[in-house]
Amino acid sequence: MTATGTATRDRGRRSPGGRVAHDRGRPVLSRFALPWRLVGYATVLGLGLLYLLPFVLQLATGFKTDPDAAAHPLALLPTTPTTAAYQRLLGLSQAADGVPFLRWLGNSTLVAVLVTAGRVLFDSLAGYALARLRFRGRSVLFGFVLAVMAVPGVALLIPKFLVLNAFGLFDTYTGMILPLLVDAAGIFIMKQFFESVPREVEEAARVDGAGVFRIFWSVVLPMARPALLTLTILSFQGSWNEFTHFLVSTQSGQYETLTTGLARFVSGGLGGGTQYPLKLAAALLSTVPVAALFFCFQRYFVSDANAGAVKE
Amino acid sequence: MPIRTMRAGAVPRTTGSPGAPDSAPGESGTTAKARARRAGVRGEGTWGWLFVSPMVLVLGLFLVLPILMALWVSLLHWDGQSNPFSGQADFVGLDNYRALLTQDGLDRTLFATALRNNVYYVLLTVPLQTVLALGLALIVNQRLLRGRGALRTTFFFPSVTSSIAVSTVFLFLFQGSGSVNTMLSWIGIKGPNWFADPRGVLSLILGGLGIVDPERPTGVLADHSALGLSWFEWLSGPSVAMCTLIVLAVWTTSGTFMLIFLAALQNIPRELEESAAMEGVNRRQMLWHVTLPALRPVLFLILTLGLISTWQVFDQVYVMGQGAPGNTTLTPAFLSYSAGFDNADFGQGSAIAFILLALILILTAFQRWALRERGASTGRNR
Repeated sequence: MTATGTATRDRGRRSPGGRVAHDRGRPVLSRFALPWRLVGYATVLGLGLLYLLPFVLQLATGFKTDPDAAAHPLALLPTTPTTAAYQRLLGLSQAADGVPFLRWLGNSTLVAVLVTAGRVLFDSLAGYALARLRFRGRSVLFGFVLAVMAVPGVALLIPKFLVLNAFGLFDTYTGMILPLLVDAAGIFIMKQFFESVPREVEEAARVDGAGVFRIFWSVVLPMARPALLTLTILSFQGSWNEFTHFLVSTQSGQYETLTTGLARFVSGGLGGGTQYPLKLAAALLSTVPVAALFFCFQRYFVSDANAGAVKE
Repeated sequence: MPIRTMRAGAVPRTTGSPGAPDSAPGESGTTAKARARRAGVRGEGTWGWLFVSPMVLVLGLFLVLPILMALWVSLLHWDGQSNPFSGQADFVGLDNYRALLTQDGLDRTLFATALRNNVYYVLLTVPLQTVLALGLALIVNQRLLRGRGALRTTFFFPSVTSSIAVSTVFLFLFQGSGSVNTMLSWIGIKGPNWFADPRGVLSLILGGLGIVDPERPTGVLADHSALGLSWFEWLSGPSVAMCTLIVLAVWTTSGTFMLIFLAALQNIPRELEESAAMEGVNRRQMLWHVTLPALRPVLFLILTLGLISTWQVFDQVYVMGQGAPGNTTLTPAFLSYSAGFDNADFGQGSAIAFILLALILILTAFQRWALRERGASTGRNR
């Protein structure tokens, strides 16, 4: 604690020298007095722990035995470390009953990859058309996209089941994937981006005799790399974490994903101490891909949070 | 240029519209020529529709059509077995809605319970997550704080993980003899058996003060009722089990809202803060008279976003309670699901879904209307 205090004080003393260069980085008000600064750092540390500790405990508990997890729920180190939970999940030892983790993983991967590919393609096609192509009904369609963004997913649980059932798509991969292939928010992001591309680029290509699709595919789309990356990441995260749609579009075990499978497994028993290392290890493994994506491309997640705030 | 295209576009519409129903023969005549001229030689119109066709198909088939079908099914008594569009299912008109809203009975009691639970969930979650998010944003915005980036990552991380996975973690943390209760025991508090405790928090407080007896409520509160729930039940507050859901919601969403606040904080003109500092304001005055007024539009945005999303709570309910204990974690969204899939009463489930849909659309419309007003007025000032 004291080390942090002196370190910041050093930095504070150094900053007047570099005033011109770091002017915008300088705080407007004078710094907190030292005691307050220490209280502040303690509070911030406490808050940080509050957000971190659940994940740390999750990680630690995954390596505990069932009795150990029940007896020492707060211990950060397992008394008898074991990888039994992970071995069972990954099929290295006797398979866990009712926890076909590798099948869940396979289904989640398949769905997330296909949905991401579909969204990137179809959202950018629609976004480009809504931003740049002149055709009758365009403004009506954009109004439709905005309206769709307002419709809450949970009010569509039974409606979606009805449609999938009527089309004979209930309990199929098609029924899981097809309805997710386009999302209004993605179209909105792409439309916003394409509107920022200077028209001159397209004009130049047009003079060279390029058609509409060629301009889109070879000229504009390659310029959209940042937006496409954002869309890819958001689509992957969204479809990987998707729960309600899979809940109402499937019923057999063979179609269970990480979310539906884990939810069924976990919500089963309310009693304490039942297989928590296994449950937490499964939850942890199911978080890994999105977490990895998050730590590599945090910037794009950040822009997502703000995209939600952007008004039409 | 835009005006010209609009004019050109208006010509074929006026000539084309009357013949629209039987437009096939007219297609080869003047209409087609006018349309070609309007769309330009590049055939943008065709390409435009081609580009949006996947969107129109998917959203039309899996969003618009479902809503229309559910509207029809909400007027039926249908158990999910026969074909609801063949006329075999009983058409019951508005009975499903009546059972939820006006007729005394189990359906209405359950729906009112779900509404009550969700109201308390909203009332606690929205202010808490907003205040926490604002606090976190103010912290991460401190220019001299060490490790700001790492903190921001830490606060935001729960928001990107799957709701099912974090609910699993919370199930573990809030067990009867779990981590949270162990921590509480350090400061001498015996924590409740969180997920099995249906007692309302407000009724516990009132009981603790000796105002009412939670076990046997009497008097005005017990004698009156609304929508099939006694006043006492309406006022008993969120159950202890529901409180874990509220904590989870606040914990997971505060990171996202923190980022929105942070972006707004960084958009506050530095000159504004500098001139205030020049006049010698202290930190509290700066917060109340400079920072918070500048954040007001974002504050409104976050409050309404929270309001809209808290009415949709479902995943956490599914994992952490499924309505138990004593229906105190039941929410309208979950009730709609379980009416359909557990009780095979899809008509009732659709009706609940529609009431929920209407509620959320009203909230969204209010938000968009209010934000639009504000955008227009600032535009005029500028």
